[in-house]
Amino acid sequence: MAIVATQSKLGKIVWPVLAWTVALLFFFPIFWMILTSFKTDADAVKPEFLFRFTPTLENYTNMTDNYDYWRFATNSIITSVSATLFTLFVAVPCAYAMAFNPSRGTKDILMWMLSTKMLPAAAVLYPMIFLTKSLGIYDTKFLIVMVLSLINLPIAIWMLFTYFKDIPKDIIEAGQMDGLTTWGEVKEILVPLAWGGIASTALLIFIFCWNEAYWTVRLTTTEAATLSKLIEGNRAPEGLFFGRLSAVSTAAVGPIIVLGWFSQKQLVQGLTFGAVK
Amino acid sequence: MGRIQLKAVQKKFGDVEVIPPLDLTIEDGEFAVFVGPSGCGKSTLLRMIAGLEELTSGQVEIDGKDMTLAPPSTRGLAMVFQSYALYPHMTVRKNIAFPLRMEKMDPAEIEKRVAVAAKSLNLTDYLDRKPGQLSGGQRQRVAIGRAIVREPSAFLFDEPLSNLDAALRVGMRLEISELHKRLENTMIYVTHDQVEAMTMADKIVVLQAGVIEQVGSPLELYNAPRNKFVGGFIGSPKMNQLEGEAAKKRGCTTIGMRPEHISVSPDSGEFKGTVGVAEQLGSDTFFHVHVEGHEETVTVRQSGQVNYGYGDTIYFTPEEDRVHKFGPDGLRVE
Repeated sequence: MAIVATQSKLGKIVWPVLAWTVALLFFFPIFWMILTSFKTDADAVKPEFLFRFTPTLENYTNMTDNYDYWRFATNSIITSVSATLFTLFVAVPCAYAMAFNPSRGTKDILMWMLSTKMLPAAAVLYPMIFLTKSLGIYDTKFLIVMVLSLINLPIAIWMLFTYFKDIPKDIIEAGQMDGLTTWGEVKEILVPLAWGGIASTALLIFIFCWNEAYWTVRLTTTEAATLSKLIEGNRAPEGLFFGRLSAVSTAAVGPIIVLGWFSQKQLVQGLTFGAVK
Repeated sequence: MGRIQLKAVQKKFGDVEVIPPLDLTIEDGEFAVFVGPSGCGKSTLLRMIAGLEELTSGQVEIDGKDMTLAPPSTRGLAMVFQSYALYPHMTVRKNIAFPLRMEKMDPAEIEKRVAVAAKSLNLTDYLDRKPGQLSGGQRQRVAIGRAIVREPSAFLFDEPLSNLDAALRVGMRLEISELHKRLENTMIYVTHDQVEAMTMADKIVVLQAGVIEQVGSPLELYNAPRNKFVGGFIGSPKMNQLEGEAAKKRGCTTIGMRPEHISVSPDSGEFKGTVGVAEQLGSDTFFHVHVEGHEETVTVRQSGQVNYGYGDTIYFTPEEDRVHKFGPDGLRVE
């Protein structure tokens, strides 16, 4: 008994300390980035000024005045939101069909969808650039929405498929007996029952879209450029301006951190939906 | 109205034929029970009537109209599922009202019908609860409520009582029978429990491996089973079936003796055997007797409390006019 008691007492100290250490380890770079964004470029590279420095908003004013931050931010919001909605619009019916009316090929189709994620993006970079340029859609928001949707569709379908699979088929069939059309099944039964799963899928896809850099940087110049492009563009020939770069990065990462923070509960709930049914 | 006619319906899953072409008519107002061992295709047959399972070939007619390709929602049938299949995100009230809301019925009329159904099923106090807060029997009632408010042309029950405990099952069995007497609707009921079939049905359809073995009233099936399978499946405890000398003497290959049609004596009779286990039920006693010269054990039912113990030697004789005779092909011979 005594041993168990001391062990659990020890556990009460050790685990929280460990958890906090890991959390701080993860959080520190972000904290550092935020701090640096309030320093001048000169101060930013001096280790002795890590915590002691005179804060300045210069980097932020510079960013909005000279770099047109809001245009990039608006592009990011428009493309991410549209891509998320379009992805769900395609993925929900698709996952519904595969979960409730599976055919012999359903497993193969799921595998095939996942396999599209296995191709290195770089392998199709040049074909994509030539193709989109000749189609005249290079550097358009339409292209970015399509690309973001297509690269995220497999994940969205897989996630939704697993959530939908947890809904007993009997309930859908009861709905059919009670007079529901296919659309009614989705609206009256599927969406209310899988709401947590759909919300967390949407959230995750939105985050992926917002963070996407590979394609958004390479398929845009000015018109459809997103915040990723803005960060990437802060590399000057003279070197890196850490103060400025940190400000831009903070402004790009900020919205997603805030969103994640407020939807934490929903995210966790959604991700464990199947387990607690 | 609810006359259901199956014309040469057939079902294949891939290359496996689970139901060879089959004809069956269920008359309006009839309580038909599909009974058979698990995997005999009875649920599949029900689901084909419901429209939840496609036919490989054949026709389903409801009230003379061809409904083979009609979606489930347009067939005018209501179904009660084994798992109840209630909508977990809706209250009892909304669950029961759901099919009416789908018909776009007037809300006042919906309210009225839900209240009537809830009253008849003792659910009035639970209308604002969610299914998760109800017991198994209550959930089953909600499922039935959801089916009856629609006033369907026929009810389909898919093993509705198998998730309930034994005591509740007997109660619900009575309630469903009562419901049938009151509503006079066509009901099709699927079960693997021959007691449910015997007690509830107007017409029993015995299925084995997708094939109809016999169709008839409970007593027809009990008194004149068409073959060995039906003889063994209907009746509890099971019919004893013996081959050999006793069968040859009666001009057949197998004789069937129901446990309740056998008389026992301590000193003389047709068969001699030793008592194995004796099951005392108070009202009846079941003896499991090892018969001399036979592999099988014979079950004998004696009314009241009869005291033969383990290892006692007894003699027994079947009532001659109630012996069932089956030929070499397993079919009944007269």
